[in-house]
Amino acid sequence: MNNIIKNIIRYLVLVLIQIFLLKNMVLFGLNTPYLYILFILLLPFETPNWLLFLLSFLIGLNIDLFNDTVGLHACACVITAFFRVLITSITVQKENYESDPEPTLAIMGFRWFFFYALVLIFIHHFTLLNLEVFRFSEIPATISRVFLSSLFTLLLVFVAEIVFFKKRQRK
Amino acid sequence: MLNLWRFISRYNAFFFLIIYLTIALVLLIRNNDFQRASTFNTSNQIVGSVYQEVNSINKYLNLALVNDSLANENRRLHAMLKTSFMDDSLVTNTVTDTIHKVKYEYILAEVVNKSINSRNNYITINRGSKQGIKKGMGVIGPSGVVGIVWNVSENFASIQSVLHEDTRITSSIEGTPYFGPLVWNGKDPRIVTLTDIPNQLNLKPKTRVVTSGLGVIFPKGILIGTVLKSGVKGGGSFLDIAVKLSTDFYALQYVYVIKNNFQTEQETLEEANKESLNE
Repeated sequence: MNNIIKNIIRYLVLVLIQIFLLKNMVLFGLNTPYLYILFILLLPFETPNWLLFLLSFLIGLNIDLFNDTVGLHACACVITAFFRVLITSITVQKENYESDPEPTLAIMGFRWFFFYALVLIFIHHFTLLNLEVFRFSEIPATISRVFLSSLFTLLLVFVAEIVFFKKRQRK
Repeated sequence: MLNLWRFISRYNAFFFLIIYLTIALVLLIRNNDFQRASTFNTSNQIVGSVYQEVNSINKYLNLALVNDSLANENRRLHAMLKTSFMDDSLVTNTVTDTIHKVKYEYILAEVVNKSINSRNNYITINRGSKQGIKKGMGVIGPSGVVGIVWNVSENFASIQSVLHEDTRITSSIEGTPYFGPLVWNGKDPRIVTLTDIPNQLNLKPKTRVVTSGLGVIFPKGILIGTVLKSGVKGGGSFLDIAVKLSTDFYALQYVYVIKNNFQTEQETLEEANKESLNE
């Protein structure tokens, strides 16, 4: 129960931050961070696949509605969810942990979380920006935007993780 | 049946991916004009290029026939030349009527929504077909060119801004006769590129770039921006000029839509040219 409320609050906070703050943030030309996918990254491991895909689709659609790009973020989020399933099934053995593990920086350690976040953020941004441009011939030009946006998002993901994980430990 | 079910539940992530991705893609392509247009355009391009290939073969087979008809036409035209007639005409004078007619009218509109950070940017204004706005009209702001009207509803219109990959505004360097299309490369919303200007021109930074007045959309001499730097693209004979836009899209509040009273006349004329070329 506690877990569900925590995720609902995270959903709302991330969507609000994305819509009202990050949408207007631009670094070096056209690079915008998309921090909201932190929600997909942090869903607990025991989330069943159908729920994972449904939630990813919903948060993508939610962002789309505020950006007038119906389906764009939803597409990217669903693809991200699929790669999340792949990565967790390859890298996480649940028997090795005593309590239920969660994909957070605090529990999984820096190296694992860095790899996990980097790959998923890159995949999300790659599909998102290329679907937006929608032209094969512009993929090379888009790649630089993908890299810079990914770095920007990754930085914010780590800032968010470090800030909130410290708080939880103290309680 | 059991095996099938086992297979599906084992690889359920993949099936979920397909289901949700299909929904999302259908939404994306149905609801976003840009993606829809380019999907259909791609298919049209393929069909079109096939037709073009077939046509080039047909053209070759018909060469003899075409040659005959061209020779015939040459004979007819030679007979019509001035040198074929005896010249006994008088010199006539014509008087030009100097009463001014209004060519361009401006409709004021307020910006109600805009995007700047996407690859293809649009601006929505609060004037539409009721106020006389039509697709294809030019739009300028207080400090320079903004874009071209794209879609019109009763009370609103959306503008394809200069910051769009399909926008081509014919512009020229102030004080020179040279002109070329202005394109945006999608990197910096303050800088656009002016191409097709011959490279014998020695441009200084801060030279003004203005609309050329060719075509029917913009009057001549409306400011677009100033030259930032110019350089020759590898081995070409044309300059690639980086132009700093004079319009600050972040601060854009009011725009003017330009109505050209002679647009239909000019377009009908040019359309007739194209048709007679095709025949």
